Amino acid sequence: MKNFLITLIIILIPVKSFGLIEVDITRGNLNPLPIAVSPLSIDEESRKNFENILKKKNVGSEISSIVENNLKVSGLFNPLNKDAFLQEPDIANLKPRFEDWNLIKAQALITGKVSYVEEKLRVEFRLWDVLAGKEMMALAFTTVPNNWRRVGHIITDKVYERLTGEKGYFDTRIIYVAEEGPKTQRVKKLAIMDQDGANNKFLTLGNELVLTPRFNPTSQMVTYLSYFRNLPRVYLLDIETGTQEVVGDFPGMTFAPRFSPDGKKIIMSFAKDGNSEIYTMDLENRIVEKITNHPSIDTSPSYSPDGKFISFNSDRSGYQQIYVMRNDGSNVKRISFGKGIYGTPVWSPRGDLIAFTKLHKGKFYIGVMRTDGSGERLLTENFYQEAPSWSPNGRVLIFYRETKTDSKGKGFSAKLWSIDLTGYNERQVPTPTDGSDPSWSSLLSN
Amino acid sequence: MKLSKILKNGFLIVFACLALSACATSKKSTGQMQGDVYTGTDTVEYLASGVPDRVFFATNESVLTTASRETLRKQAAWLRKNSKITIVLEGHADERGTREYNLALGERRANAAKDYLMTYGISSDRISVLSYGKERPVDSGSNPLAWSKNRRSVTVKAN
Repeated sequence: MKNFLITLIIILIPVKSFGLIEVDITRGNLNPLPIAVSPLSIDEESRKNFENILKKKNVGSEISSIVENNLKVSGLFNPLNKDAFLQEPDIANLKPRFEDWNLIKAQALITGKVSYVEEKLRVEFRLWDVLAGKEMMALAFTTVPNNWRRVGHIITDKVYERLTGEKGYFDTRIIYVAEEGPKTQRVKKLAIMDQDGANNKFLTLGNELVLTPRFNPTSQMVTYLSYFRNLPRVYLLDIETGTQEVVGDFPGMTFAPRFSPDGKKIIMSFAKDGNSEIYTMDLENRIVEKITNHPSIDTSPSYSPDGKFISFNSDRSGYQQIYVMRNDGSNVKRISFGKGIYGTPVWSPRGDLIAFTKLHKGKFYIGVMRTDGSGERLLTENFYQEAPSWSPNGRVLIFYRETKTDSKGKGFSAKLWSIDLTGYNERQVPTPTDGSDPSWSSLLSN
Repeated sequence: MKLSKILKNGFLIVFACLALSACATSKKSTGQMQGDVYTGTDTVEYLASGVPDRVFFATNESVLTTASRETLRKQAAWLRKNSKITIVLEGHADERGTREYNLALGERRANAAKDYLMTYGISSDRISVLSYGKERPVDSGSNPLAWSKNRRSVTVKAN
């Protein structure tokens, strides 16, 4: 992608292959790792330059706040209060006095420096193991000043990866449906924001109903459902250029779109004469293929990350259940057999799990099961919630939740929430308006 | 299988009655349900005198009830008399289901109404179908009575 302006230029010290501190992300983390994020130091001249360009008084501390917030929200880290820090940021970045950091119980320390170099923002940062008194990682990169928030996210991704052994998910965006107005006349717009809720931008004006936006895993394309001219159809939108087009030429409603993992196909449902079937369309040669063939409702398709299988929900057994089939529609197998109704299967980017929405005895659950339907685990229960979407590393799910209205129909709201795969760390994701149907992007930089 | 369905329906009726009586005590409601199908007239509008514009469905169902078929026969008679009128059948679902499934369910409900109108002589050229899923409830309540009003297919004049 052309605006990948961030380039890694120097690796100051090679990353060592062993780590003394480790964060286990496979279970609920009740003891988040105490970490000190020392504000990135900045020389006075650079500070003034960035203040002029970005209208931020101290871009160094702003970037460290982003890192700190990301680490805290991940639930795996406990960023310590800066008031307790004894060492000045610039000196700490050269050589931390480990006994000082040890004293405030920090186990890891992030230090760094921002400077203004040829109209660009240059950042270097280091991750230190306080107990062992060792540097664990040091990186530097240069970017345009406007990318300063992304710098904070990339630092977090690198720290997360070094300490957990898995890729991060912080330099990512969420596309979702922004909602306003009374429940009977909801106005819905496509909106996009950074994973932490910053840089919110509306992509449509709200003149027509829009639903279920989903990212292409390989590019900044989005597919979604729009009621433009009262014809509900699947659309393709390039969020860089704003151009959009209808996907395919179907004589009826198309809906429930998603991309294939290589980003080259769209899989969706097409409803005709009371029957919904799953179709794919190749975005290069425009060839349309019918995948399911059954008089029941077949919808909410989602590919496995290797593209070989498709999960979907169908009411062919009488009620909505989750099925898996080969990508040509053969070998259809029901995988959900628990009590209740199951929908919105979404294959984990790691390939081992399928996330779903379940309705049982008047409650809605977000859960996960293995791809053969075994090992069902419910992560969260509420009055209404649905539509999980995976973080690119498969460790966090984002979904939306609606509140129950009172007897007069008042008190409705729809909000985005995230929860760790462990079932811990449930949090509301901040949005300027109500929101629903979130979809998580891939990492913007790798 | 059949027996369990009958038992389940019986249970639903009992449950709905309980829910209704609970509602009736807390607020006066003119609506009512049979099983969980809405049989009231609260939200109903009229295409012409004596021709209701909508039919209601049971949870997860697209089967037309006896009352729905009667309403649709009245609509068909009115459409035969007014042969220039074209219509849109707008299918809806309640909020207790996933968004995409409800879009399909709304389409299925509207088509159930369309099929019935066609058997009473209305040409498919005059009918288009539009599903809103759960996007356009008429009643914003989160209770069984509100949901029953929202599970509907509404016949709207298109010209």
